[in-house]
Amino acid sequence: MSSAIEVSGLTKHFGSVKALNGINFEVEQGSVLGLLGPNGSGKTTTVRILATLLKPDSGKAVVSGFDVVEQHDEVRAVIGLTGQYAAVDEYLTGRENLELFGRLFHLSKKNAAKRADELLERFDLSDAADRGIKGYSGGMRRRLDLAASLIGQPSILFLDEPTTGLDPRSRLGMWEVINDLVKDGTTVLLTTQYLEEADQLASKIVVLDHGNVIAQGTSDELKTSVGGDRIELVVAKSQDLANAVNSLTAIASGEAVTDVVARRILVPVSGGSTSIVEAVRRLDESKIEIEDIALRRPTLDDVFLSLTGHIAEEVTEEVPAGRGGRRSAKSGGKK
Amino acid sequence: MSTTEQQRPVLGWLVSDTMAVAKRHVLKITRIPESLFFALIQPVMFVLLFAFVFGGAINLGSDGGPQAYREFLIPGIFAQTVMFAVASITVGITDDANRGIMDRFRSLPMHPGAVLGGHTLASLIESSLVIVMLSITGLAVGWRIRGGLTDAVLAYLLLLLFAYALSWVGAWIGLHMPSPEVAGTAGLAWIFPLTFASSVFTPIATMPSWLQGFAQWNPVSCLALATRELFGNPIPFPGESFPEQHPVALSFGYGFLLLAIFAPLAVRAFKTRNSGGKA
Ligand SMILES: Nc1ncnc2c1ncn2[C@@H]1O[C@H](COP(=O)(O)OP(=O)(O)OP(=O)(O)O)[C@@H](O)[C@H]1O
Ligand SMILES: [Mg+2]
Repeated sequence: MSSAIEVSGLTKHFGSVKALNGINFEVEQGSVLGLLGPNGSGKTTTVRILATLLKPDSGKAVVSGFDVVEQHDEVRAVIGLTGQYAAVDEYLTGRENLELFGRLFHLSKKNAAKRADELLERFDLSDAADRGIKGYSGGMRRRLDLAASLIGQPSILFLDEPTTGLDPRSRLGMWEVINDLVKDGTTVLLTTQYLEEADQLASKIVVLDHGNVIAQGTSDELKTSVGGDRIELVVAKSQDLANAVNSLTAIASGEAVTDVVARRILVPVSGGSTSIVEAVRRLDESKIEIEDIALRRPTLDDVFLSLTGHIAEEVTEEVPAGRGGRRSAKSGGKK
Repeated sequence: MSTTEQQRPVLGWLVSDTMAVAKRHVLKITRIPESLFFALIQPVMFVLLFAFVFGGAINLGSDGGPQAYREFLIPGIFAQTVMFAVASITVGITDDANRGIMDRFRSLPMHPGAVLGGHTLASLIESSLVIVMLSITGLAVGWRIRGGLTDAVLAYLLLLLFAYALSWVGAWIGLHMPSPEVAGTAGLAWIFPLTFASSVFTPIATMPSWLQGFAQWNPVSCLALATRELFGNPIPFPGESFPEQHPVALSFGYGFLLLAIFAPLAVRAFKTRNSGGKA
């Protein structure tokens, strides 16, 4: 199968900030790649380079066979982009927005109108089509934004945090839409901070941290790389943490990871359910009070934890620090 | 997968893309009539303020008097209004860049000159409305067109040329501003000294001598003087300096020069813009 996107040795810095340190990855045609990473890891920078909005300092990126620097017009004709912040005109109606972008995609007047109708229908926005975006909810805005990026029926779609700020129902709706697009053969590169989202949607995951690719593979591969089952336990008193780790070393199949703030310990084990019985017995013997204990399969959270040494950051509703004055489209949404 | 469906020469795309973007901004004007209202009301306030409050205190020499001052004033306000009208495009451009809509435009296979071309065209339409409004106000307070028809048409064309050229300056500034708030200040900051150190409100001869050289060559003075000359309004203390002798030719020169410099600069800034505006 051929690659829809090829990235090799891509670097980019802003002043003294190294946003990308030479990243490499490939996306197969018709697949979904999840670009995962904490705030400031370089996800948006990667997307902007691939969408021809930013020139890399060095390295090469090829989208649908076209070089993003040398052949940006050809790239633009086959891609769609939904940015991290909604890119629609607040004062126009949903329909007017879509028709505007359709015209600028060089559809004829008639086809632009037809396409706008189709997309409004498909994204469940027909009723709100002739209302100003100002009155749209956050979820409606996001859907319109996605619709706008589909105007030209792109074969490759970039989605920068498509579900950030959406409620769970809207998020599920968005996932459905993305899955439908993939079924129709669209290649999707999406960034997210939700590990669950990458797990659900992406056939391959690339983990970024500080501008480096620190892991890539399928979600299963990444989970296996972290080890098999693990015991997760929360102790009642934080002074017991070290003791608890000590008493469990004998049954651990790898190194335990401690989260001091949450008073939580993750211990890789190989014995399945017998190991949890053993663990409880040993902790009891050491008189360590446990708040919670469970055996679980590794999640992408564990992958993240073991790769970066810290838990994936919670997504906040605020604009990330260091971007003074930037407006977050999310904040505009009224429920 | 489909790509762009129609074939057209590059210049054809520039025109049709520009029209599509201009339509967006014109629609926007109709959605926020308040902003147009204030753009229209501002020059009217200036006319009333200067005609009735400060007018009596400004020395026009022997052929003075309130009526003469008003005829002197209105062409000046035309020049000033054309300057102030550009401030809104500065804010608009920065706002677009910060909202990500600029990124969407840039990721479309559209002509790179069209985003700014459409925005400046809409700005020109807005300026025209303001100029019409101002003409009506002027007529109401006693200003008259006393020159020939051709000259009057030329005067309006000159004002529109300036408005258009300055909107490209505003676009260029807007592309370099980090936020709409800063852009709001930056869009006006350079206009104030330029407008007040000019012959818009007072004859240059009444200014301190160190300022006169600057005021004579100041494009706003030239525009005000050229407008007075073309409308056949009074020009008290006619100066001997080159710009005061050839205001019309020089104003057209300034207008085309600004356009020739800032339109390409702005389009280049739009294409290579590296920072800000997130995807
Ligand atoms: N235009 C810019 N000017 C200066 N620094 C920038 C710019 N864009 C990004 N950066 C910096 O580059 C780094 C990577 O940013 P990027 O936006 O790609 O991260 P991200 O993974 O998308 O983060 P987030 O989850 O917050 O969206 C950060 O340190 C950021 O501050
Ligand atoms: Mg980002």
